[in-house]
Amino acid sequence: MLELKNVNAHYGAIQALRDVSIRIDQGEIITLIGANGAGKTTTLMAICGIVPPSSGTITFEGKAIQGQPPDRIVPLGISQVPEGRLIFPELTVIENLNMGAFLRDDKPEIKRDMDYIFDLFPVLAERGTQRGGTLSGGEQQMLAISRALMSRPRLLLLDEPSLGLAPLVIRQIFEIIVKINKERGTTIFLVEQNANLALKTAHRGYVMEVGRITMSDSAQNLLADEGVKKAYLGLT
Amino acid sequence: MEYFLELFFGGLTRGSIYALIALGYTMVYGIIELINFAHGEIYMIGAFTGLIVAGVLTAMGFPALAILAVALVVAVVYCSAYGYTMEKIAYKPLRGANRLSPLISAIGMSIFLQNYVLLAQTPNFLPFPNLIGEFEFMEDYAHILGSANLVIILVTAAAMVALTLFIKYTRMGRAMRATAQNRKMAMLLGVNVDAVISLTFIIGSSLAAIGGVLIACHTGQINITIGFIAGIKAFTAAVLGGVGSIPGAMLGALVLGFTESFATGYISSDYEDVFAFGLLVLILIFRPSGLLGKAPTQKV
Ligand SMILES: Nc1ncnc2c1ncn2[C@@H]1O[C@H](COP(=O)(O)OP(=O)(O)O)[C@@H](O)[C@H]1O
Ligand SMILES: [Mg+2]
Repeated sequence: MLELKNVNAHYGAIQALRDVSIRIDQGEIITLIGANGAGKTTTLMAICGIVPPSSGTITFEGKAIQGQPPDRIVPLGISQVPEGRLIFPELTVIENLNMGAFLRDDKPEIKRDMDYIFDLFPVLAERGTQRGGTLSGGEQQMLAISRALMSRPRLLLLDEPSLGLAPLVIRQIFEIIVKINKERGTTIFLVEQNANLALKTAHRGYVMEVGRITMSDSAQNLLADEGVKKAYLGLT
Repeated sequence: MEYFLELFFGGLTRGSIYALIALGYTMVYGIIELINFAHGEIYMIGAFTGLIVAGVLTAMGFPALAILAVALVVAVVYCSAYGYTMEKIAYKPLRGANRLSPLISAIGMSIFLQNYVLLAQTPNFLPFPNLIGEFEFMEDYAHILGSANLVIILVTAAAMVALTLFIKYTRMGRAMRATAQNRKMAMLLGVNVDAVISLTFIIGSSLAAIGGVLIACHTGQINITIGFIAGIKAFTAAVLGGVGSIPGAMLGALVLGFTESFATGYISSDYEDVFAFGLLVLILIFRPSGLLGKAPTQKV
């Protein structure tokens, strides 16, 4: 479904991605784990067209998308829940959701998707006319996921959805991620620093170190790997 | 009482003009954090466009109010083109540069536009025809509220309502607010941020153009410096209300207009600007982010 081949990316003189190659198949949950500053966020921003790669190719369903602007990429079915959630604080919950459907004009279908979301997260229905900035961290994460779903993605990119949330809320969010994958067949690309949780959720995983992919395997094998255990699972 | 009402409507008229210009400052600042110093010149160009249209159509024998309507439309279109082009050539190439560069570019743009109109026109004050005239039904109230003031207040009110509805209820209005709050996120959702920025300049320039034509009808004369003076006042209004906030600009403009009108009416007209800027200093001491502004938050 999505394939990155030898992708390099720079911020000015700083090289953030080095020859990154990643393959994601339809229906999978794939995780990308790595330490802070490894290049995970940059990888997602390269896919979405915010940080265009300096070389390499990104293909989505056979179509080259590297270097395309985000407003060309979103309609293809790619949508991101960014690190830090980036809720529009002065927009209401409903307005935030409508922003997710910015490029769509099929009103009845938008309404249907919103109903689906209120079913998934009933708390968002209660908070509909409240400003996004007044929600709790967990509610904001639910809103960020819902906003991303409003573009009807076939590939959903999530950047550290567990960051800063209480364990109970994290569990709830991850259950929903799995549910979205199973119920809607949405392919998931999950970036996490919480490697344990990510590998238990995903089918396959990639490990990233200072801009390079250093390992890729089934989630089970990665969980059992001595090197991964030492570096990312806090076990010795 | 009549004197009070006269000052009240005088303040409302001033406030209306300030609001029409202040919105351009505040909307642009809200989206790209730039103080567009050349914005006042757009207002001045609007007044000159009105003058040219009035000259041509008067010679052709059209009725005054029809000329006013045409002058407003032509000034809006012409100034929009100026605002759009100004952003593309003077600010867009500097996006991502340090904060000072676009500011310098804005000052340069202001000087350029003033001198350009100076060469094309003249440095002298030019008489502007009174396209509004005196309405018969206002005859009994003319000492309190002149017909020109009435038109300025009503047109401004209509523009404010239209703008508020647009920002609040349309898809592009929502996208503008989203872009102002978090540009990266708006981009991620497929908002074409370049188009939003262009639209912001077009709206701001249109409002300034309306202000330029209306004030020219009211004062009866224009020259190339009117943009600088009105621009500083309107900028003051925007800061007073909280720069970046649309309702703030409207409120700040009214507060400034009333302050000037009442202070000059009841105290002394020699110190008009002292009252205006004194008020600004006071508000900035007690509410540094302006009347309706947000306390500064770090932007990512
Ligand atoms: N906007 C930026 N400008 C310059 N350097 C950046 C920027 N964003 C990230 N970087 C650098 O790129 C590298 C990768 O960062 P990032 O992709 O955010 O890593 P991660 O998400 O894995 O923590 C880091 O060294 C970081 O300092
Ligand atoms: Mg990151």
